[in-house]
Amino acid sequence: MTDLIINEPRPDDLVLSQAKQSGLATQMKQGLDAPICLTWELTYACNLQCVHCLSSSGRRDPDELTTAECEALIDELARMQVFYINVGGGEPTIRNDFWHLLRYAVDHGVGVKFSTNGSRIDAQVAAELAAMDYVDVQISIDGADADTNDRIRGEGSYATAITAMEHLAEAGFGEFKISVVMTRHNIEQVETFKAMADRYGAQLRLTRFRPSGRGADSWHELHPTDPQQRALYYWLLDHPEVLTGDSFFHLSALGEALPGLNMCGAGRVVCLIDPVGDVYACPFVLHDEFRAGSVRDTGGFAHVWQESERFAELREPQSAGACASCGHFDACQGGCMAAKFFTGIPLDGPDPECVLGHGEPLVQAATERPQGSDHSFRTSVQLTSKPRSAG
Amino acid sequence: MRPEPFGALAYHYENRRLNFLRAPELVALVESLDQHPSVSAAFAASGIDPRRWGSFRRALTALVASDFLVAA
Repeated sequence: MTDLIINEPRPDDLVLSQAKQSGLATQMKQGLDAPICLTWELTYACNLQCVHCLSSSGRRDPDELTTAECEALIDELARMQVFYINVGGGEPTIRNDFWHLLRYAVDHGVGVKFSTNGSRIDAQVAAELAAMDYVDVQISIDGADADTNDRIRGEGSYATAITAMEHLAEAGFGEFKISVVMTRHNIEQVETFKAMADRYGAQLRLTRFRPSGRGADSWHELHPTDPQQRALYYWLLDHPEVLTGDSFFHLSALGEALPGLNMCGAGRVVCLIDPVGDVYACPFVLHDEFRAGSVRDTGGFAHVWQESERFAELREPQSAGACASCGHFDACQGGCMAAKFFTGIPLDGPDPECVLGHGEPLVQAATERPQGSDHSFRTSVQLTSKPRSAG
Repeated sequence: MRPEPFGALAYHYENRRLNFLRAPELVALVESLDQHPSVSAAFAASGIDPRRWGSFRRALTALVASDFLVAA
């Protein structure tokens, strides 16, 4: 018998580096009794209008889960022994009951990591958060300077995020997370982001940009170039301490596997609950095609997770399809389902950012691209045309 | 500690480590530890084949190393 125990230091990042060798990956592909990593978008309301927002957030949905429904869901997650949840949105702290629900989850043994643009993290809130156990905070920022960031996230958002980081550091919160979506304009700033994290005693988390939500509209302008993503691959190999949410596994086709499970966890070890209680396979596929059910259905979330046909399909062995003849399939597993879906590539086709170049022609040839739900404000959301000069 | 088809998942909230306990016998052993005066006694009562005790001891050591178990 090989190791009876596998020890994984970074669960919140889904990095299960030893799992692959041990055969545990096979086990996980067939699904677990409850997700390891569950994302709950608490509201579609947001005070920002980021051009790459994966959930096209902006306006609150009038049918969002009530406080009582949220509490009942937390009770259920506690019964299922979900260790912790990633709470996002929208901007989750906009909900008036956010702080109540945060305490409710923690008091019921469900840890919370929440993502925020930092706008509500003042000195007092930072001090309260620092005093709580089982809470982790993730501040989103998408540029190492105000020009780069504010083009994506809106005027003033860089200063807001930095101020929140300063408050958390001053309050002695400890290792909060700084979360960056890698785009063409910030991917070469990784060293500066790393220095920023070190300065605040934080951990850096880099996430792959997906063509989901408004990201579909900004994809062609924002997704990294091939030389950029190659450079990132080598940088990540040199910086295993940087969290990635296992989101760059398509780059493992370049050679040595990146730390992580190197598989798509959608519906197998991760899933998403949206603000109205709909359950999807992952945070990047808010589309009917990947909707598995609702927490409002009979049987609640547990029934969706354990019995949904959509999830059962995802837990079946997946066809390598067009990638079957490629010698790198074992390394990249065909890449990201969401990235394929929203660029119009068949799910058994190559990733749009396939490092061998198999994806790009298919993106160009795609005639139809699925549209997800849209909660944007009425005004269109666009990149500001040029980086503003400083000052 | 959460039961799973392969054994159990154990999560430590302080250090945020996730442990995969990959044998149902190991899960039962860990759960029985506080009912016995010593680890040896827990092994003796466990019904686990003594030839496999070495690997189970290594697993317990790993759980201690990740602070999931505290040596009494």
